[in-house]
Order: sequence, then C-alpha cells, then structure tokens
Amino acid sequence: MLNEWLYLGIFLVIALAIPAAALLIAGMLSPKKPNPIKDSTYECGMETVGVSWVQFKVQYYIYGLIFLVFDVEIVLLYPWAVAYNKVALFGVIELILFIVILASGLLYAWRKGALEWV
Amino acid sequence: MNFIYDPVPWVINWLTQLLLSWGLSENFVTTLLYLVGAVLICLGAMLFTTMLIWAERKIGGRFQDRLGPNRVGPWGIFQSIADMLKIFTKEYINPVGIDKIPFNLAPILAVAAVLAVWAVIPFSQTVFGSNINVGILFIIAIGGLGEMAIILAGFGSNNKYALLGAFRAVAQLISYEVPMVIVLLIPVMFSGSMGLNDIVQAQTIPFIVYAPVACMIFFICSIAENGRAPFDLLEADSELVAGYNIEYSGLKFGMFFVADFLHAFTSAIVFTTIFLGGWQGPGVEQIPVLGGAYMLIKTLLVYFLMLAIRFTVPRFRIDQMMALNWKILTPLALVTVVMTALVDKAIPHEMTAIRIGALLVANLILWLLADRMITTFSKRNPVQVVTGKLRPLARPEILSVAEKETAQ
Amino acid sequence: MTGMQLIFLIAAAVVVSSAFMSVTSRRMIHAALWFVLALLGVAVIYALLEVSFFAVVQVLVYVGAIAILIIFATMLTRRALEDHGKQFNRATLMTLVIVSVIFAGLVFSLRSWPQIQSMTAPLSADQLDVGVLGLALTAPDGFALPFEVTSILLLAALIGSIYVAYERKEKKK
Repeated sequence: MLNEWLYLGIFLVIALAIPAAALLIAGMLSPKKPNPIKDSTYECGMETVGVSWVQFKVQYYIYGLIFLVFDVEIVLLYPWAVAYNKVALFGVIELILFIVILASGLLYAWRKGALEWV
Repeated sequence: MNFIYDPVPWVINWLTQLLLSWGLSENFVTTLLYLVGAVLICLGAMLFTTMLIWAERKIGGRFQDRLGPNRVGPWGIFQSIADMLKIFTKEYINPVGIDKIPFNLAPILAVAAVLAVWAVIPFSQTVFGSNINVGILFIIAIGGLGEMAIILAGFGSNNKYALLGAFRAVAQLISYEVPMVIVLLIPVMFSGSMGLNDIVQAQTIPFIVYAPVACMIFFICSIAENGRAPFDLLEADSELVAGYNIEYSGLKFGMFFVADFLHAFTSAIVFTTIFLGGWQGPGVEQIPVLGGAYMLIKTLLVYFLMLAIRFTVPRFRIDQMMALNWKILTPLALVTVVMTALVDKAIPHEMTAIRIGALLVANLILWLLADRMITTFSKRNPVQVVTGKLRPLARPEILSVAEKETAQ
Repeated sequence: MTGMQLIFLIAAAVVVSSAFMSVTSRRMIHAALWFVLALLGVAVIYALLEVSFFAVVQVLVYVGAIAILIIFATMLTRRALEDHGKQFNRATLMTLVIVSVIFAGLVFSLRSWPQIQSMTAPLSADQLDVGVLGLALTAPDGFALPFEVTSILLLAALIGSIYVAYERKEKKK
C-alpha cells in the first residue's frame, strides 16, 4: 500500500511540476512590456470603483452548508458500500434508516425554500 | 511475457532487469520507474490535449455547419500546435493589485488537479498506475483541489468579474458533487472495493447494465463538473465576461484552457472505467494490449457524446441548474441507491440473468416514476412570464399568447 | 534517515508552519488558504500511516468542503476581513515562556517513554481493507447505534444552520 501512495505522491509532484515548468519557459520566451493602461483591471473600459471585494448573498453559504452535511454523511456510507456483499439484510435496513434521516434534512431545506436560487 | 501481446510491462520488466544489473538498489529502481512513468503519463496527457482541442473544434464546426480549423496542415490538424507555439510567446499581463502567489498558483493547480486523476486510472489489465484502495474517493477529493484553484484565481485577480465568476463556479461544482458522490456508492457496492482496478475487474458485465439510472446521473453530473454546455454558466461569456479566468493572459490562460479540455476527456475516461467496464472486452485475457484499445474506443465514444451534447443543447439558467441538481438529481440518486441495495440483496448473486432483469425492471420503474413526477411538477409550476410594458419588437406577431394578455 | 522519515519531516514542517501562518496572517482569506495547506499536510501524514481512507476523507471533507465553506463565510462580510490591530500584547512574553516549558516537558516525558522508540508493526492486509470499517459500522453489536446517531447529529446541524440562515434572510427583506 505504501508503494501505491509513493507512486501517487510522485505523480502529484510531477503533475504540479510540468505546468509550472511550462509557465516558467513561457515566461522566459514572452516579451515584458508593461504599461499602466495594459495593467489596469479589466472592467469593460470603466474605471474600477472601490475594492474588488463584493458582498455575496447568503445563498452561496447555504448551498455550501447543505453540501458539507451531505458530503460527510455519504463519505460515512462508503465503508458500508465496500462491505455490502458481506452485510446481512440488517445492514441494508440501517442504510435505509440513514438515508431517510438524510433525506428528511433535504426535505426540510426544500420546504423552507433554502434550495431556491433567488 | 511477450512484447507484442503486452508491451508496457515487457519494457518495465526489461528496464528493471537492466537497472538492477547495474547494481542499483531495488527501492531506488522502483522509485525511478515510478518517476519515469509519471512524467510520461503527464506529458502524454498534456500533449494529447492539443489533439483534443483540434478534434473538438473540428467536430464542433461540423455540428454547427461550419468548416472548423482547415488552414494549418491537412484538415487543419496542426492548428492546435500553431496555437500552442503562439501562446508560449505571449506576454503575461500582471494587472494591478493582484495577489501574486494565489494568482500564479491557480493555473498550475487547475491542471494538476485534472492530471492527478490519471494516476489511478487502469489503462489495461496489466498497465495501471496506483491501485489504492480508495481510488473513487481520491478522484472526487482531487476535484476539490480544482475548486480551490478556481477560488485562488477569482480571489487573486483583484477583479469583481473574476470573483463573481469564481464563486458561481464553485457553487455549481460543489452542488453537482453531491449526486455524483451518492451514485458512486453503487459501483462500490457491486464490486466490493473502491480501487478502480478492482472495479474494472468486477465488470465482466459492465455496470451500466446493472444500474442505468445511476449511470445517467453520473454522466450528467460529470458534464456539469466540466462546466460544459448545457452547464457552462461558469464561463457565461455574455454575463460574466469570461468568469474566473478573466485577468489571465498568455500561457497562464492557456493552462486553464488545457485544464478545461483535459477535464472533459478525463471525465470520459472515468465514466468508461466505472460504468462501461474500462479495458474489459473479448480476448483481453490472452492479449492484454487489446484492453488498452477497448478503453480508448469506449472513451472516445463517451467523449463524442459529450461533444454532441455540448454543441446542441442551449444553456440552463442558474436557478434551473440548481433546481435540477437539488430537486431532481439528488433525491433520485438517494432513491436509486436504496432501491439497488434492496433488490440486489433480495436476489442471490448466482442467478445472474434474474438479477440483471430485476435490477433493470426496478431502474425502469424508477425512471418512469421520476419522469412522471417531473412532468406533474412542471405542469403545476408553469413558466413564469415576465410582465410589464410591451417591448418594442421588430416582429410583434411572434409574441406568445401569454405575453399578449399581460400587455393588454 | 529513510525516505519515509524525510517525507514525514517535510509534511510535519509544512503543517506546523502553515498553521502558524494561518493564525498570524492579517487577511482572513490568506488565513483560510494557509489552513488548506495545513490540512493537506495532515492528509500526507495519514497516507504515511497507511490509512488511505482517512487521507482521502481528510482532503474530501476538509479541503473540498469545510475550507470552501469558510471562504464562502468570509464572502458574506461587507468588506475584506483585514486585521490592522497589534498582534502582540503584554502577555506575549509570559505565554512564550509557559509554552516552551510545556513543550520541553512533553518532549522530555515522551523521550523517557520506551514505546516511542520502537517502530510499530506494519498493518496486515486485512486491516487495510476499508470493508472492515464498514462491517464494524453496521454490526448490531458494533457501532450501528453511533452510526445512526451521527446521521441524526448531522441532520440537526443542517436544520439548525438553515433555520439560522433563513431567519437572517427574512429580516433582510
């Protein structure tokens, strides 16, 4: 198992290194002639007003929250799925219980209107 | 081991023997070969992307009744190479107020997050990278790094458009991850492992036969994860100018471009591996190199299907896209998992034909039910017509009835 | 020094230094990004311990979900969260002394503990199987009840957060 992770680690390093190397080479090949107009922020020809930070609506955060809860719950189900062929019917009933609880959360969010993009 | 039947392990074996005979230690040789393999796969994937870009432009052109690239080389086949050479010599523009490290890290991370998936893909029976026992979760987890790259780009650019585009993109990507993670439970259940090689090995009959609904949900979700039409809101040119990569230029933009195209092809590979049986096909036991060919053919078919969808279907609105995910795909995925677990548990595994038949019937019933529910839902909530004054129109006679009523 | 030790030391150094940067950086979003790096380092350490499942879940849940949630949360504020206050106060020196004494004590007591010197045996093949975890989670005499209770806990978290967020939205209108 460690060998598999070693390969994965090497692969990740290479996957980061090759684009980085390409960017470096292109950086050496490309001209560098900056001027203030060219370097200004692109906003369709308008002067930028204020900082780039804008306030976002709460909807993004709610989606993030629902996603987080679902992610955690489903990840807990993965060991169950690996053992699926060995578990008895009781295990399946447990899965159903688990998913019903999860789905009731989704239903609550739905009824509350938290899933609407307004 | 025969070179013609199975070339890659033959070469690896030969290299190992050669290096060992030079007196190098075994651990060192393994690491070195891993390194060589990783470099070859990464470089190959990135160079292959230039071909993909050409193919996509050409096919896209044909779909839309255009010629596509046709100037550089026969059928314009060297167009992408010319583009690549050009983009290598273009200037990097560093706009004022950027956050240097996140700004420069984002394109690298975007490509790396896609490339990393290739580390766990089994290309044939004997050629596979890392068969870690959590392969499926690894693919999803590494997608999270891609989201991180988008956030870095949006936040580092010091541009309101980039920030808006990045957050819309991330909201879309995380939403569509939910049904994807749920339906991936099904292949894991059938094969009893999360390792991709084990999953392919278990698919003497591809899982698309056992679980067509799950397969379709996964397909839709992977198109959405790519940000391809009809889910291309995160690059909605007409609204957000270009999305999170607006301030990028030169090869830094090129990296996002490469990541985008490579991601599409990678999700076709992942789809093939998980649902279409990967390298499985007639005669792979005797001639393992055939497996690679099967894999390529299946992947290209899936990729072509994605292109066909991309170039025919118009874009969703953002609220429609979110509703499709949270109100249709997620509940459907949950029900599919429960149903598959129940039906599969009820029928002993020895009766393959009955098992497949039962699962197919159950999937069909589920699909019809879902279809019925969607139809009733959409009938109950008709499309809202924006009311207001009559717009000045070039051809007023094409106004719909509802619009005419509100105008009066 | 073996390769594994080297990788462990690098990962540990990354975790500690990025955790330090995370608490000291002045911009909220920088802190979040350093936090992500620390989490990735922890995932590497999990991989070294051969617990693949935890390594992947660490990236999936913490980097893929929690870090993004934190960044979304910072986006809810009206302007970029930036701290211009002083980062040191009168208690700094005192805290530094106390912390170093505790750290020295920990190092000393751990060094005198014989178990720390011995290497643990590598996990056997059947212990690497994630299915063992799954069986334990569903066995009636195992962790079936905690498994279900977890889902109720997560449900409570979901309902609570939607309730709070939704009330806020109502007020805005």
